[in-house]
Amino acid sequence: MAMETLAAARAQMEVSLAFHMVFAALGIGMPALMAASEALWLRTGRAEYRDLARKWAKATALTFAIGAVSGTALSFELGLLWPRFMAMAGGIVGPAFALEGYAFFLEAIFLGLYLYGWDRLSPRAHLWTGVGVGVSGMISGILVVAANAWMQEPAGARFVAGQAVDVHALAPFLSPAWPQMALHSTLSCYIATGFAAAGVYALGMLRGRRDAYHRAGLTLALALGTAAALLQPLSGDISAKHIARSQPAKLAAAEAHFETQRGAPIIVGGVPDAEARTVRGAIRIPRLLSFLATERFDGEVKGLNDFPREQWPNVLVTHTAFDVMVGSAFAMIGLGIWFWFVRWRKCEPGRWLLRALVAGSPLGIVALEAGWIVTEVGRQPWIVRGVMLTRDGVTPVGGVAATFFGFSLLYLVLGTALALLLRRLATGAPLAFATKPAADAEVAHAR
Amino acid sequence: MPADLAAGLALVALIAYAVLAGADFGGGIWDALARAPRRDEQRDAIAHAMGPVWEANHVWLIFVVVLLFSCFPAAYAALSIALFAPFHLVLLGIILRGAAFVFRAYSPQSIRRPGRPGRAARRWGAVFGAASVITPVLLGMCLGAVSAGNLRVAGGQVEIEGVAPWLRPLSLAMGGFALAVCAYLAAVYLANETAGALREDFRRRALAAGTAVVAMSALMLPLLAVEAPHLWHGLLSARAAPVLAVGVAAALLSGWALWRRRPRLARAATIAQTACLLAGWGIAQHPFIIYPDVTVHGAAAHEATLRFVLWSTPFGMALLLPALWWLFRVFKGPVTG
Repeated sequence: MAMETLAAARAQMEVSLAFHMVFAALGIGMPALMAASEALWLRTGRAEYRDLARKWAKATALTFAIGAVSGTALSFELGLLWPRFMAMAGGIVGPAFALEGYAFFLEAIFLGLYLYGWDRLSPRAHLWTGVGVGVSGMISGILVVAANAWMQEPAGARFVAGQAVDVHALAPFLSPAWPQMALHSTLSCYIATGFAAAGVYALGMLRGRRDAYHRAGLTLALALGTAAALLQPLSGDISAKHIARSQPAKLAAAEAHFETQRGAPIIVGGVPDAEARTVRGAIRIPRLLSFLATERFDGEVKGLNDFPREQWPNVLVTHTAFDVMVGSAFAMIGLGIWFWFVRWRKCEPGRWLLRALVAGSPLGIVALEAGWIVTEVGRQPWIVRGVMLTRDGVTPVGGVAATFFGFSLLYLVLGTALALLLRRLATGAPLAFATKPAADAEVAHAR
Repeated sequence: MPADLAAGLALVALIAYAVLAGADFGGGIWDALARAPRRDEQRDAIAHAMGPVWEANHVWLIFVVVLLFSCFPAAYAALSIALFAPFHLVLLGIILRGAAFVFRAYSPQSIRRPGRPGRAARRWGAVFGAASVITPVLLGMCLGAVSAGNLRVAGGQVEIEGVAPWLRPLSLAMGGFALAVCAYLAAVYLANETAGALREDFRRRALAAGTAVVAMSALMLPLLAVEAPHLWHGLLSARAAPVLAVGVAAALLSGWALWRRRPRLARAATIAQTACLLAGWGIAQHPFIIYPDVTVHGAAAHEATLRFVLWSTPFGMALLLPALWWLFRVFKGPVTG
């Protein structure tokens, strides 16, 4: 009974977070594109930038609304699924959520002004509301990650018999995991948005729409995506070194690294077998893991064998997700370099490049989800590492299986509907120049 | 003392949510009940009124939840266990309402197109209306459950006496009351933001909803005396009674102003009425968060957290309130053009 509840509660949390994360990421990335495009319009007066800003404003409106309501669901679900965790930790992670609340509030206000203020605000004021959406969205993401960082590496409190004492008001921000997690996750939002949007315009160009609008859309989206993707390995390296010190079991699981050893190889791909404590069919790059984790080719890296078996994360899931994340990241870096190389040669993007960009457009979201799986599955079996086990935080209420299925179905329906609407939005030609808010302008090209 | 201030803050946020987002729920109710000959115009006015502000209004709920789990984690845990089912239903309503509202706006031949909306837009419109009706009822029921005294907490364990506390008569009556108040708020606001025949439509709807508010109160009062005597006595106590008296006076004033076609006065009085009713409830409920076992002090978080939340509030509000003022001035200010 308890195990079933635990499995169902974890599944419901996973589905809710996985769903929310896509729209939260787009909700951080889309406003950046939207504001950048409007700024370019005000500077150059070129219509394609205005059209892009309007199109991206609608995509922002849709994704933000879904991000907001699914985020509300999460704030309830923290208590509904993990009441004992929240009873213990709610007062500790609270400040992160409280500050995030203000940032999120500003984002919602600025978005309302932006979406409906095209003809009510001066062009300059309107642009600034757009910038406000982007900045407050980014800050709210950075702040809320502090709560998760605290669960990874609790700080600013002592724990006596499962109770927190001597709690510091800024506890979630004292977690040493916070800065690198915030950097890594923020970049991933821009990567995910940039490459997803790039795919849309690459597809349009493949279908023969090689106009200024599509070119500008592709260039702007890839400027954001590539810049963030090039910074991401740096941030990943900072994260890896930090995790090697603070969460060695997570690093070992991500790398499918069983034996503690010096000069440890990086293990790429393969199927880890936790029972046999081996990895089948992997590529090994000698000494690289030691170098990445410790900055020395003969540095020692702890293996899973050094940890009690019941404290291992799921090695297969963590390792696979890690490889997917890193693989997607390098694929996107390659795509970005290819595109900018072609542009630098002053050539038109060719069919193969455009096809690759279309194929690569979900990679940012894939990497985002995979990275989150590494973080969260890699933390198990702890809900607060070293302090509280996930199974001790779960609700005593029965019937979680039912709410899990219900919410999964709900998110499936909403996700499908949203994808269809975004697709319709994406494939439309540039808007007729209505000055009214989103819905009115929509009318003009509805047929 | 910090715990009491934090509880007061949560109550203020709850009032803001009721007054602002309550009207958005009400907008959904009137959307569902829109009737010819001006059905499309009515829906258009509702969508127009809600569009720029509904997401900002919704954030007040997130504030309430965050304040609750930051400052009163034990109460949040107990509520999450005892109200597992209705909270999930509330979430369902909130998610569906928000999603349906934007999906409808961006559907082919959306609601704001002159003439008949497309099939997808109509479907999402139906979802929007249904979710707007169900959610305030459920929220009212949860509020009732917290007050009625059937939700017991001993040593961190939650026990429920008899029928699920959110399904008892008092809770159901409070759900109906919440629905009527939302409908009233929305109709009064909409009468302010429209003109001509449309204004008259919403004025009539406001009068009907106002009657429903009075009827639901008449139903609720005897139930309060029977099912929740402590709350009944609390409401009549010297602390809460003056606030409630102001609330009743404001309610009468709003009804009168509506009758005499003075929509701006009606709007101000309606806001005062709703705020006073909830404030009165909060004062009567004090010092309990969940009567009779969970008190403000018993459930309070660590002192450091409470102080952080209280100290960060003026700074946060200094950012927030000017932005909110701007939003409402741009979209709810005097109508031009």
